Amino acid sequence: MKFLNGVTLLLVYQLTGEILVRLLGLPIPGPVLGMVMLFVTLMIRGSAPDSLSEASSALLSHLSLLFVPAGVGMMTHFGRIADEWLPITLALFLSTVITMVATALIMQLTTRWFVRSVSEQGGQHE
Amino acid sequence: MNEPGLRDIWVYLSASPLLGLTITLVAYGLAYRLYLKTHSNPLANPVVTSVAMLILLLLATGTSYSDYFEGGQFVHFLLGPATVALAVPLYQQFRRLRQLWLPVAISLISGVVIAAGSSVGLARLLGGSLEIQMSLAPKSATAPVAMGISEKIGGLPSLTAVLVVLTGITGAVLGTKLFEWLRVKDDTAKGIAMGVAAHGIGTARAFQVSSQMGAFSGLAMALSAFATALLVPWLVDMLENWLPM
Repeated sequence: MKFLNGVTLLLVYQLTGEILVRLLGLPIPGPVLGMVMLFVTLMIRGSAPDSLSEASSALLSHLSLLFVPAGVGMMTHFGRIADEWLPITLALFLSTVITMVATALIMQLTTRWFVRSVSEQGGQHE
Repeated sequence: MNEPGLRDIWVYLSASPLLGLTITLVAYGLAYRLYLKTHSNPLANPVVTSVAMLILLLLATGTSYSDYFEGGQFVHFLLGPATVALAVPLYQQFRRLRQLWLPVAISLISGVVIAAGSSVGLARLLGGSLEIQMSLAPKSATAPVAMGISEKIGGLPSLTAVLVVLTGITGAVLGTKLFEWLRVKDDTAKGIAMGVAAHGIGTARAFQVSSQMGAFSGLAMALSAFATALLVPWLVDMLENWLPM
């Protein structure tokens, strides 16, 4: 029952998100707004109920599975991918590597920059 | 929405969805077992092997993707609630986040802009059509978000779904090696980079490395989904003026 309550809560937030996005003409997808609203709720509430933690970790621990049906959709695009395989594969591969490298380096640099200056003032945390 | 009759519902439930759903779960189960057998070798990523198995099976039996998706949609549907569920790890990591909010915000926004800018720019330089460029633009965001954006900016949502999965796989397979070469040791930096570049598939991989890397990757994926939805349509407009075809 706990698990069911958690899933129900997730669906209620998703549905509310979908409705609000359409009503207000927002440029973001409904589930993303649902996530933001749930996050705000948890912040106000001050804790995550067990049912919700249980349902969310069940969903998130099998996250890769959820991408499989979309991945199989590749078979409907074989023609397109064959026609433009070079720009698709190179742009996808290089851009992913560039993004990963740049983000990791920026995060490392800015963390050192800001957190060091904070911990120098505030004593030694971590 | 038209109300289906009871008989229609029965026909719908009894025929193909069961098959599509079952083979998805069986293929993933086998792929996951293979992945564990290879000691979590990133090249044996369960998404890659299960997608390959399913495509081969569908081609061999002459089953169309739309028939398969009758069942596959039940799994696909869960991407929505899973996106909402990201609020929970986000909340649990919030104390860490509060300390790091400025580095996280800077890395996240740069990462999202670099991801979209470099994919559109590279595809354009390499002679890809406008449809391909737009389908690639949101590729680093999680599938439901990326598909929505792709539709909005003139890409093909279903192609974007595939590119999102390929991006995630590329990131999950290469990520840990790249971080080793770059000597990035901080789990927070690795997690943020993984989540920004390779969304849920990268996050699944990050959780296998450490729970902290996973939580930060999930956090980055959730926040970058939000940032991508807000920034990419605008960025694409800018690029249009800046790098004309």
